[in-house]
Amino acid sequence: MSPAVRCHSMFRKISTPVLLLLPAFVVLAAVVLLPLLLSLYSSFTPFRLTRPATLWVWAGFRNYERILSDGVFWAAFVRTIVLLTIALNLEMLLGLGLALLVNKATRGKRVLRTIMMFPMMFSPVLVGFQFKFMFNDNVGLVNNALQSLGLTDQAIPWLIDGNLALFAIVVAEVWSSTSVFAILILAGLLAMPQEPVEAAKVDGCTAWQTFRYVTLPFVMPFAYIAMTIRSLDIARAYDIVKIMTDGGPARRTELIWTLVGRTAYSDAQMGLANAMAYVSILLSILFTVYFFRKLAAARTQIGAEW
Amino acid sequence: MAQVSLKKLVKSYGALQVVHGIDLDVADGEFVALVGPSGCGKSTTLRMIAGLESVSGGAIEIGGIVVNDLPPRDRNISMVFQSYALYPHMTVRENMGFSLKIAKQPQSEIDRQVNEAAAILGLDALMERRPAQLSGGQRQRVAMGRAIVRHPEVFLFDEPLSNLDAKLRTQMRTEIKKLHAKVQSTVIYVTHDQVEAMTLADRIVIMRDGYIEQVGTPDEVFKRPASRFVAGFIGSPPMNMEEARVASGQLVFANGDSLPLPRQFADQVTEGEQVVFGLRPDDIFPSGHGLSSGSDGTVHEVTLPVSITEPLGNETLVFVEFAGREWVSRMLNPRTLKSGERIAMSFDFSQAHLFSAETGRSLAAAREI
Repeated sequence: MSPAVRCHSMFRKISTPVLLLLPAFVVLAAVVLLPLLLSLYSSFTPFRLTRPATLWVWAGFRNYERILSDGVFWAAFVRTIVLLTIALNLEMLLGLGLALLVNKATRGKRVLRTIMMFPMMFSPVLVGFQFKFMFNDNVGLVNNALQSLGLTDQAIPWLIDGNLALFAIVVAEVWSSTSVFAILILAGLLAMPQEPVEAAKVDGCTAWQTFRYVTLPFVMPFAYIAMTIRSLDIARAYDIVKIMTDGGPARRTELIWTLVGRTAYSDAQMGLANAMAYVSILLSILFTVYFFRKLAAARTQIGAEW
Repeated sequence: MAQVSLKKLVKSYGALQVVHGIDLDVADGEFVALVGPSGCGKSTTLRMIAGLESVSGGAIEIGGIVVNDLPPRDRNISMVFQSYALYPHMTVRENMGFSLKIAKQPQSEIDRQVNEAAAILGLDALMERRPAQLSGGQRQRVAMGRAIVRHPEVFLFDEPLSNLDAKLRTQMRTEIKKLHAKVQSTVIYVTHDQVEAMTLADRIVIMRDGYIEQVGTPDEVFKRPASRFVAGFIGSPPMNMEEARVASGQLVFANGDSLPLPRQFADQVTEGEQVVFGLRPDDIFPSGHGLSSGSDGTVHEVTLPVSITEPLGNETLVFVEFAGREWVSRMLNPRTLKSGERIAMSFDFSQAHLFSAETGRSLAAAREI
């Protein structure tokens, strides 16, 4: 019997479609399913990276109980939601404004759109370093500018004061990602039929009323798509914060994922960190469901055919 | 009072002029149709009246006030768009009441007006639906409802029926006519469909390349077209027209065929002049199968070969070969004709048209004076 025939007989019992899909299943199982199950399992163990044997100790819900009664975790959790709320709202407003401005341009819209995307092209780590430098209290650009303009003669401790540090992080986040909103909303504006806008003008609307009652409802689905993307983004924010403040000062800018990272690798408590990660993923799922609901509702409202 | 006057109205986009100083007076309560082929400037003119396009020159007056620089909302107009332009996120009721809400009318007044308009247009059952849940005809009715709740002084229609199928178009045409009879407002109606213009309008404005070719009642533009263009544009099937030379009381066509010069034009032409002879399909008929004007010498009979026929039931369009082209004729009480059959055709010269081959203007205009 030739090898080919033997091979055939080995898989004879499997139908052809399943056979053809098998490689994909195997790869997915190896790189996605298995790690996922392993991490879920480890969140029920006291697994420490420094003591591999602890992976086999079953701890039940002890990690989860510990997290849910831990003030530090809850502070990070709430802070993440606060950051997310502030950043999303700011990005929405600025992105909408930018999109409306670019949409007004009679020429060069495509060039402007490309320029708008520049901040997205930089590595978040570099953005973090850049803003860390700009907000530095001694040599930073921000203090330098404020002092030169005579607005203050003190060195404002941007990254050292807890509230100011969170503010600085918001600025960095907004700078790097407003264009997500701007680009999606601009796409909405470009796709928008002009007749309802003209009808509104004839119906007696001022420019503001036309925007409020006709343009805005039309671009809201696009804004919700941006919000979904960005809420996932911010809920897993790590790099910019890690570089700018590393969760400091005194954990005043600690977010869920900086806490997870610290717990997993500095404290080597991988089991505990995985439990935190699963709780925070729940948060992300909640946000996604929420914004998708909003998106669906907004789409029905404008009778979108996509 | 809401008469609309266009005075030397010009529209240009940069160096390109698309409307070349047109003059038009629309009386209060009049229904005027702007008609012409695409690109003739009719929609641009309407959009200037609405205030959606800026005016490059001349003036637009509504009710005696120059409105050139007024925004649309201050012109007391309503407009119905070709694509309906409904607000997709609002229900029918909200769409119709929107302008009143913007005008800060009390809710009770808005409800009253909207319900009244809904009753006129038969929209009562659809009030809570959104535009996406409506058919084309229903959307068009909502667009009209939105226009009438405001009781504007002037209604502007921009090809409102061209997105509807033929049957619905005929039906909506009747509704628009009824609506005008009811609300008695001034209407300016843009269309490329001459049948719509003929059936709806008190007066028709025929535009071409940014100029007005002719203004007149449907009867006038049909019976006395001012130019070769109008003659060809109004009427279906279009008027038969062929160039000829005047030679000793005859019209001689390029291929040598000839017809006697209709008597009423004897003084309008000079020997050797190039003219365009025109006769509508209604005025050419197989002898005995038409509306004869009698035997006062105005009917000329020629025997011609039939090329094809188009039976329409109560009548048949007969295409006959003459002067090097096909002439459409209308046969009433039709009998079956064979292709190639030679039949006696009557040309009713009392209805003949003659245009200058050089300018395209009607030579009958002189006859009127």
